Amino acid sequence: MTAAAPRTLSHLEALEAESIGIFREVAASFERPVMLYSIGKDSSVLLHLARKAFYPSRIPFPLLHVDTTWKFREMIAFRDRMAAEHGFELIVHTNADGVARNINPFDHGSARYTDIMKTQALRQALDAGGYDAAIGGARRDEEKARAKERMFSHRNARHAWDPRNQRPELWRVFNTRLGPGESMRVFPLSNWTELDIWTYIYTEGIEIVPLYFARPRPVVERQGTLIMVDDDRFRFAPGETAREETVRFRTLGCYPLTGAIRSPAADLPAIIMEMQASRTSEREGRLIDSDQAGSMEKKKQEGYF
Amino acid sequence: MSSVTAIPAPDTALDLWLAQQARKDLLRFLTCGSVDDGKSTLIGRLLYDSRLILDDQLDALRKESRNRTTGEEGIDFSLLVDGLAAEREQGITIDVAYRFFATERRKFIVADTPGHEQYTRNMATGASNADLALLLVDARKGLLTQTRRHSFILSLIGVRHVVLVVNKIDLVGYDRAVFEAIENEYRPFAASLGFASVQAIPVSALRGDNIVGASPHTPWYPGPALLPYLEQIEVAEDHAAGKLRFPVQWVNRAGHDFRGFAGTVASGVVRVGDALVVAASRQPASVSRIVTMDGDRAEAIAGEAVTLVLDREVDVARGDVLTRPGETPEVSNQFQARLVWMHEDPAFHGRSYLVKVGAQTVPGTLTAIKFRTNVNTLERTAATKLELNEVGTVTLALDKPVAFDPYGDNPHTGSFILIDRISNATLGAGVIDFGLRRAQNLSYQSFDVNRQVRAEMKRQEPAIVWFTGLSGSGKSTIANLVEKRLTAEGKHAYILDGDNVRHGLNKDLGFTEADRVENIRRVAEVARLMADAGLIVLVSFISPFRNERRLAREIAGDVRFTEVWVDTPLAVCEARDPKGLYARARRGEIRNFTGIDSPFEPPERADIVLHGGEEEPAALADALYGRLFG
Ligand SMILES: Nc1nc2c(ncn2[C@@H]2O[C@H](COP(=O)(O)OP(=O)(O)O)[C@@H](O)[C@H]2O)c(=O)[nH]1
Repeated sequence: MTAAAPRTLSHLEALEAESIGIFREVAASFERPVMLYSIGKDSSVLLHLARKAFYPSRIPFPLLHVDTTWKFREMIAFRDRMAAEHGFELIVHTNADGVARNINPFDHGSARYTDIMKTQALRQALDAGGYDAAIGGARRDEEKARAKERMFSHRNARHAWDPRNQRPELWRVFNTRLGPGESMRVFPLSNWTELDIWTYIYTEGIEIVPLYFARPRPVVERQGTLIMVDDDRFRFAPGETAREETVRFRTLGCYPLTGAIRSPAADLPAIIMEMQASRTSEREGRLIDSDQAGSMEKKKQEGYF
Repeated sequence: MSSVTAIPAPDTALDLWLAQQARKDLLRFLTCGSVDDGKSTLIGRLLYDSRLILDDQLDALRKESRNRTTGEEGIDFSLLVDGLAAEREQGITIDVAYRFFATERRKFIVADTPGHEQYTRNMATGASNADLALLLVDARKGLLTQTRRHSFILSLIGVRHVVLVVNKIDLVGYDRAVFEAIENEYRPFAASLGFASVQAIPVSALRGDNIVGASPHTPWYPGPALLPYLEQIEVAEDHAAGKLRFPVQWVNRAGHDFRGFAGTVASGVVRVGDALVVAASRQPASVSRIVTMDGDRAEAIAGEAVTLVLDREVDVARGDVLTRPGETPEVSNQFQARLVWMHEDPAFHGRSYLVKVGAQTVPGTLTAIKFRTNVNTLERTAATKLELNEVGTVTLALDKPVAFDPYGDNPHTGSFILIDRISNATLGAGVIDFGLRRAQNLSYQSFDVNRQVRAEMKRQEPAIVWFTGLSGSGKSTIANLVEKRLTAEGKHAYILDGDNVRHGLNKDLGFTEADRVENIRRVAEVARLMADAGLIVLVSFISPFRNERRLAREIAGDVRFTEVWVDTPLAVCEARDPKGLYARARRGEIRNFTGIDSPFEPPERADIVLHGGEEEPAALADALYGRLFG
C-alpha cells in the first residue's frame, strides 16, 4: 500500500451515503415498507437514492402516491413515466369517499380539503397496505417542528407522533422495533437542505417535473398568489380570466393550492442562482401552511407528514 | 465578510460555482450549556450571520421579538431555533434539534441540545454524531457543575474537539480577566478528559462579538472568531486510514447470479482483489467487485455506501462484519462497557435486553453494574441500578457472540443501544471498553447443542420467573394460571414449588439458617438447569430474605430472570389461611413462620409487583403474562 493524501467525503457524498444506509436499514428491518412518492423534487432525489441503495436490484418495496385528483397533469404523467422507466411498483391511492362527496379545494377550503384528501387518504392507504414503515422525503430544515424529528420516527397504532416520547437516536444505530399495530416513519433526507437537494439534482443529473422550470403558463392572480389553470375544473371568479405568464413552481402539490412565482429561470443553474439570491422560504408557496405558527406540529400529531 | 455562502459573482462560471458547492465538506457539531447561557441565541446568530434567515422569516421574527431582549437587529435570535409548541410555552428547549447552515467552505449540521438538568440523554444523543462541541459558559457565572457534566459526557461519547464559548462577554464589560479566569479554570479539567483540541473564545451571541470576525471590544483576544474557527478546524481523520470494517447491512440478491453485500464502510478502505475474512466465522473470500449504480469502483473508503461481491460462496448475513485477516475485530459474547441510561425505568443487573451493535441485534443480559460514575464529580460509587441520566460501567453477556471494537478504536463498531424486549423503547446507549472472554477461536462450523438451540426447537425464550410473597398470598394460584396459559400457547413450562421440592429433592433439609440457604440454592440450580434445557420455569417460593433472592438471581446467570413479588397484605393472607398454617403459627405450633415470628423482607427491586389483595388471581395472571410473554 502506498501512502496517499488523506481522503474524506464531500458533504454531498456524506449525505448520500447516510441516506442510502437508511434505505437499506429499512429494507432489512421491516416486513412491509412503503415509500411515499409525492412526485416533487425531494421525491425525485428520494427515488434516485433508493435506486442507488438497492442497485442492481429493483427497489424492494412499493412507492405510494396519494392522489388527491387535483395534482398538476404534468406530475401524473411524470409519475407514470418514472414507474415505467425505473420499474418500481407504484400504488396510487385516492380517498374514494372524498371523491364521492366531491371534496375539492374550491368549495371546502384548503384545510378541510387537505385533511380529507391528503391526511385521511394517507392513513387509509397505510392501513390498507398494512405497512410497518413509510419512507418520506421530509427535511429537518423545512420547518421548526421538523428539526426535532428523528430519522426513524415512531408512530403509535393511530399513526400519531408523540414529540415527548421520541426514542433517542444515537450514532447510526437505529431502533427499528415495533409493537403490534405500530409503524415507523423514516426520513432519509433529514439532514439535507434545499440547496443540497438542488445541487445534488444538478450534479447527479436527476430528472424532475418540468413545472420547476420557468415556462409560459396560464395563470390567475389571487391575493398576490399566482395559480395555474391546469384543467377545465378551475373555477374562475366573475370577470376573472387566465393570462399567460412566465412562471415556475418552487414546490408542487395540488394545482389550485400551489402558488407559482414569476421567474425567467428555465434551467437548473438559473434556479439555484435565483434561490440563492431570493429572500423568502420555500414553504411560502404552499398555501396549507399559512395558518398559525406551530401548525405543522399539529398536523404531524394528527398523522400528516 | 467573505465566509458566508454568497451568491456567485456574476463572472464566475456557474458550473464552477456549483462544483464548489458540491465539494464542501461537512462539520457536525453540537452546542451544550446550561439554560439561559445563550445557546439558542448563538445558533440563531450563526444562522443569521450566514444569511440563512429569509425575509419572510425575519419579518415574522421581528414581530415575535417584541418585549424580548434583542440586539441591534431587533431580533431575539433564540426564537429562530425554539421548535415545538409545548417547549415554547415552557420557554425551554427540551430535545435535540438539528439546524443547518453553510459557508463557502463548509456545510454545518448543528445538534442543539438542552442544558436542562435532566437531559443527559439528549446531550449524549446529540454528541454521538458530532465532531466538535460548542460548550457555552455564561461569563457572569463561570464554570458550573453542568459545564463539567457536559464535558464528561462529551469525552464519554468521544467528541474530540471542544470550543469553550465564553458568552455574554458584553455583560462583564468585555473584561479580559474574567475570560482568562474561566479559560484557566477549564483547561486543567479538560486535560483529564483527553480532548484532541480545546479553544476558548469570548463572544456575545446577542451583539455578535467574535462571531464572524474579530470584535473591536476585545482587542486583548488574539485568537480566531467563532465562525472562521469552525470553518478551518481539521476534524476529519483520514477516512481511508484504519482497519477495514465493513458491517453487512443488507444482502442484495438480484436474480440468480448476483449476490452482493450492501453496507457502509465503517473504517479503512476496501479494494477489488483484497483478501477478506468474515469476522465471526473466519471464512476467507476476496473482493471481486465493488458495485454502485454509478458503475463499479476500484475502491471504497470509510463512509461510503457500496455493495461488495465476493469471489466465492460464503455464509454471510446481515450483521456480519467483513474485515482483513490479521486485523479482525473482537468476537465475543461478553464485554465491558460504559452505559448512559435513558429511560425512566432503571437498569438492573440481571435484566435481559435486546442489544443492537451495528446491524446485529441480539438478546443479552446486564450481568453486572460495576460502578456508577457521578457525572458532576466523576466519582465512582457502587450501584445496583442505573436511573435515567446516570452513567455506569457495566458488563453484558449476549446470547451469541458479536463482532465489535473498543469504542476508542472505532465508534461505529464499538457503540450499541439497549432495547426493552417488551415495550421496544430505547433504554440506554453504550460504548464498549473491551471484550471479556475471548471467544475468537470459537468455530462457527462446530455445532454446539446449547440453550439457544434447545430454546429455538421449542420456539420460546427460556426464563425463570421467581414468585416471592407470604404464604397464602396467591403465588401458586397465579403461577398455575400462567402455566396453563403458556401450555395453551404451545410453550413448555414447569412449576417448582414447596410441594414438589420439599418432599423429594430437599427432604433432607430443615428450617435452620443454613438449610434455608441450601434449599434456595438447590431450587435455583434446578431452575437454571431446566432453563438451560429450554424451559420456562415458574418458581413459587416464599423466599422471604433479600439475600436468598439475590442468590437465586445470581445462580440464574444469563438466563432471563424475573422477580415477581405477590404483595398481598398479611391480614388478607391470614384471613385466607388455606392450609390453616397461620392459625397454627399464632398458636405457637409452628416456629419461624414468615409474617408471624419471622420477617418478610420486601423486595427492593422486584421486577414486577402484583397486588394480591386488590385484584383477582386471574386478572393478575393475565397482567403478568402480558408483561412477560405478551
Ligand atoms: N447581553 C447578552 N445577552 C445574551 C447573550 N446571549 C444570550 N443572551 C440572553 O440570554 C438569555 C438566554 O438566552 P437563550 O439563547 O434563550 O439561552 P439558552 O437557554 O441557552 O438557549 C436571553 O434573554 C438572551 O437574549 C449575550 O451574548 N449577551
